[in-house]
Amino acid sequence: MSDTVPNQPADSGMVSEYKVDGPFWGALKRDLLLSYRRKSDLVNPLIFFLMVATLFPLGVSPDPGFLADVAPGVVWVAALLATLLSMDSLFRSDFEDGTLEQILLSPQPLYMVVLAKVLAHWMLTGLPLTLLAPLLGVMLFLPADGMSGLVISLLLGTPTLSLVGAIGAALTVGLRKGGVLISLLVLPLYIPVLIFGSAAVQGAVTGLPLGGYFAILGAMLSLGLVMAPLAIGAALRISVSG
Amino acid sequence: MAEKKWMPRWFYQLASPRWCYEITGKLLPIFAIAAVATLLVGTVWALAFAPADYQQGNSFRIIYIHVPASILAQSCYMMMAVAGAIGLIWKMKVADMVAKACAPIGATIAILSLATGAIWGKPTWGSWWVWDARLTSMLILLFLYLGIIALNSAIENAQTAAQSTAVLALVGLVNIPIIKYSVDWWNTLHQPATFTLTERPAMPSEMWVPLLVMVIGFYCFFAVAMMLRLRNEIIQRERRSSWVRDLITG
Repeated sequence: MSDTVPNQPADSGMVSEYKVDGPFWGALKRDLLLSYRRKSDLVNPLIFFLMVATLFPLGVSPDPGFLADVAPGVVWVAALLATLLSMDSLFRSDFEDGTLEQILLSPQPLYMVVLAKVLAHWMLTGLPLTLLAPLLGVMLFLPADGMSGLVISLLLGTPTLSLVGAIGAALTVGLRKGGVLISLLVLPLYIPVLIFGSAAVQGAVTGLPLGGYFAILGAMLSLGLVMAPLAIGAALRISVSG
Repeated sequence: MAEKKWMPRWFYQLASPRWCYEITGKLLPIFAIAAVATLLVGTVWALAFAPADYQQGNSFRIIYIHVPASILAQSCYMMMAVAGAIGLIWKMKVADMVAKACAPIGATIAILSLATGAIWGKPTWGSWWVWDARLTSMLILLFLYLGIIALNSAIENAQTAAQSTAVLALVGLVNIPIIKYSVDWWNTLHQPATFTLTERPAMPSEMWVPLLVMVIGFYCFFAVAMMLRLRNEIIQRERRSSWVRDLITG
């Protein structure tokens, strides 16, 4: 995997230099750079997020009271679907140009590389979604008290969505049509995050203490951080060898 | 070559599709007879002789289908995940086939559990469907099964399909307690579990003994259905080996 920084002289690739770089930072830098060069892909999930949220007032009711009631769930479902939509491309281009095979063959720990790729994915979808969410909250008349709950719950919940979604992406990367299949595999696994995420926002609106919700979302994130890269790695090996 | 004595011999024999085909051939009639007998006895006992519930009258009798189906749907997932793990770790073809055979049976049983639950819910709760915790987690279990079946049928290579579904089944296995807990927390209206291992059931013995017979009957039925599918799968995958050819040509 060519993850050296271009402006470094070629002969400076000493052991110490590589340690600073490392497989994790190398993979992270590479993925961020690649998506920076294809900026339109970055914006698409965000536009989708906005559009889904727009459908609800149009399709159900523009009544502010009603919208305020459903806003926590709608924003969370929209964020979940936007993450899911962006999931299919996570490993696909690497799979198609053979990079994935090289990553699997390289002596670097797959766990770290996978974690870096998922982190890059989250920084490019989950994080922007979280930052955009208050705008949707305003559009859907979410009470101002709910905003902090919305942002923090998305901040804790969207990384878990990226981690779990990456398992589905890794399992389907070898298939020509992964799109719908990914949703079938991953959506049931997203349910706990959705339940606690939207409950945290509702709790924030009604003024309940939020520590418990955030603790559970954080627990799911920690479990995901430890376990998901193992499953993603195993799934990638199966998909590439199959 | 005596260093692997810690695993019993039958475990290695299970890895041989041929041995597995022969042993299931012998076990199949035993389980089939047991399934027919227990299901027949259980059904007649439950429908005709068990006392009616003092609150729900005769409508509670659907419990004799609903509870065994719900228990079986969950243990079937467990079996599928364990078989998948064995297939991943020991590269055992038969374990892959067992996992593949479990998925459609489990999905069907989950549908049966949901359907009987809905039919039971109509007279008891007044509606076909309630967004209650245990109904919802059974529905999610069905979704997990459907995802596994979809993934298995999307991958053409049998070995890759088996490994991929095994990974997905294991991920689902880790998630089932989390899903169950979060859905429980989210909403609960359903009565608590009928059977627990540690406590005596709250219903009188005239009611739960036939239920136990039905549960055993469902497990025997599952064993029969699973072995039939497994034998089918073995024959299909081993169709090029000489013993299958001999079997077909006689």
